[in-house]
Amino acid sequence: MTYIYLDNSATTAPYPEVIRLTSAVMKEIYGNPSSMHSLGVAAEKTIAKARRRIASVIGVRDKEIIFTSGGTEANNLAIIGSARRNRNRGNHLITSQTEHPSVLNCCRQLEKEGFRVSYIPVDKKGVVNPETLGKLIGEETILVSIMHVNNEIGTIEPLTEIGNIVKERNRSTILHIDAVQSFTKVPVKFRQWQADLISFSSHKIHGPRGAGCLWIREGLLLEPVIYGGGQEKNLRSGTENTAAIAGFGLAAELSARANVENDGFLISLKLSFLEELKKSGLDFHINGPDPEVGAPHILNLAFPGLNAEVLLHSLEAKGLYVSAGSACHSKHPEPSHVLSAIGLDHKLLTGSLRFSFSGMNRTVEIKKAAIITADTASELYKMF
Amino acid sequence: MSALVMVRYGEIALKGKNRGQFEQQLHRNLKDAVKDLSGKVERMHGRFMVSGPDSNLEHMLDRLSRVFGIVSVSPVTEVPLDINAIKQAAIGAVGKRRGNKNSFKIAARRANKNFPYESPELNRVLGECLLEAYPYLTVSLREPDFALAVEIGYSNAYIYLEQIPGPGGLPLGITGRSLLLLSGGIDSPAAGWLAMKRGLNLEALHFHSFPFTSTRSREKVIELSRKLAVYGRKIPLHMISVTEIQKELRSKCPDELGVILLRRIMLRLAERLSEKRGITSLITGENLGQVASQTLESIAVVSKATGLLILRPLIGFDKGEIIEIARKIDTYDTSILPYQDCCTVFVPKSPVTKPKIAVVERYEENLEMEKLLSDAFSTLETEVVRR
Repeated sequence: MTYIYLDNSATTAPYPEVIRLTSAVMKEIYGNPSSMHSLGVAAEKTIAKARRRIASVIGVRDKEIIFTSGGTEANNLAIIGSARRNRNRGNHLITSQTEHPSVLNCCRQLEKEGFRVSYIPVDKKGVVNPETLGKLIGEETILVSIMHVNNEIGTIEPLTEIGNIVKERNRSTILHIDAVQSFTKVPVKFRQWQADLISFSSHKIHGPRGAGCLWIREGLLLEPVIYGGGQEKNLRSGTENTAAIAGFGLAAELSARANVENDGFLISLKLSFLEELKKSGLDFHINGPDPEVGAPHILNLAFPGLNAEVLLHSLEAKGLYVSAGSACHSKHPEPSHVLSAIGLDHKLLTGSLRFSFSGMNRTVEIKKAAIITADTASELYKMF
Repeated sequence: MSALVMVRYGEIALKGKNRGQFEQQLHRNLKDAVKDLSGKVERMHGRFMVSGPDSNLEHMLDRLSRVFGIVSVSPVTEVPLDINAIKQAAIGAVGKRRGNKNSFKIAARRANKNFPYESPELNRVLGECLLEAYPYLTVSLREPDFALAVEIGYSNAYIYLEQIPGPGGLPLGITGRSLLLLSGGIDSPAAGWLAMKRGLNLEALHFHSFPFTSTRSREKVIELSRKLAVYGRKIPLHMISVTEIQKELRSKCPDELGVILLRRIMLRLAERLSEKRGITSLITGENLGQVASQTLESIAVVSKATGLLILRPLIGFDKGEIIEIARKIDTYDTSILPYQDCCTVFVPKSPVTKPKIAVVERYEENLEMEKLLSDAFSTLETEVVRR
């Protein structure tokens, strides 16, 4: 059955060129980059090339890129690595309530280790208020970690304002940005944000799983979270995943180019999906930011009274793949922390789905997806 | 290198005339359990001996300790009936033991009365030999940290330190075959396991509400079947869609009777499947009083839908006891995965707790029962789940 994949914020299909490169590297460049012979050197060069590619897409220097196993590990290294390194300077961290679990759970772990963490609330659109954040910054604040684009509802955080207020209050507070959802889709303006650390992931941009990186502003020191043979400047020990890293490098280049060449394509997909859905007269509600304001590829919708899981599977049966905005079960509802944080009421909370687009989607399939969604949801409205 | 495991069985040894049949079934089941591990099974007066590659020993012990009918298993060293060989084996076994506690005793058992040393004498001789080899050991007959067992057989002697408990029960297949109604919950896998423990070979039947329930909830049921298959070899898992039936019940019957009517239909579908598979009994995870559909009155009204024998192994268990079984057989963590299943998609607001058969039957008359059943039955899919 042909299907329509609108779960690109969960993961993306790798580009065919990336699959070719990754498998060629696995086949031919299997040496350990640390080995002294020529097979090792070939692997080392492959990684160096990927590092240059990614650095140039972001606009930073290649030596500032540390490869990790993915976005989660990059976030761990950034948060835990800064906190442990700067323990003598202070013990306070700030993050928001709608961060990815890989940020929130690092903070919870640090709380167990004696750090104090402020989890700041967001407004109805998921936006962090820079003033509120600024008031919390003190001498003791060593790190502020805020995401660029929210993975569930697509809010773009006001990072320039946040950066200004953070650095104004305390010059030495480190600013970490989780750019896993935004990379190659929304410009990563590290200079303007005054960021010190930024996390990226490969598989959200049509690269392979198992690769990601942390950009570390030159001169900033971190404590590693993984110990071993000292690879990646001692910050990420473990034999490098050469094939995935090579694929990540190529994917970054291809994905960035595609989004420049087809500027406005993602937002056009989102808006035409919405337009089609509105035409059907279906009862639905947009969660989070206004569609024109949020990230171009993420749309979170509530279908009041419906159960998200039931709707999701009914869409799946018609070949449309999406995500439930909240993992819920009629017996054990565990609503999404993001949807709860924006104050969605229960009826909407349990009936929310995320539609996320990519450059691989086609305009025709988006219209079709909207019609399938409208038909399926109205059938279910009748039944439940 | 080759490893040897002694396998002991219990209850079946007591079964008089049927003993031969039971042992044959157990022998088959043991062979089956270790075949893919290159294990060989031999019968030896009231025991089985399983041999196989040393590299597979841990895996064989795991498999053997899950074969119903087995009381315990021990990795053993086999030596000729020679006191020096026995001493050497005893020294070797103790040298490789786990842990570092040092008080011990010897438990010798002489089945072969022609062996020149009687058991107490053997205990003393071997004890002295170990104290000499490992001067830091001490003897404790009352509360030893470890016991070295020595069994003198007719052609060989066996030395071992450990007894790993088996599940007990009767050899799988000895009492027949039955159909387990397997939901995604905690109870039905536990009920299935208890039935298997009494020698019943299982097939399983799962009802789903595709597309409202997901591939994940299907995988969950397959995973639960696999956990049960670990205690046997394979379980044919049958899956039937009740989505259309649920829609029909929703439009034609009162909400509060939905669960009772659906359950009666499920039993009729189970009966059809049983006929096709030559099965004459059902197993359910029903348990008195947990939920509205499990009051005595509800169970009675539901059961009337079929003439098949329904076994309810959990009827006398508390929820806590059921969870304990589910944890032991490793189904608990799978069962609590929060996916929608066919009973949670359409949940009535207030189900009846004391249904009347006459009322239920009246509503059933409004349904095109035969068509509903055969349409649902045509969605039957079967997947053989192997351990």
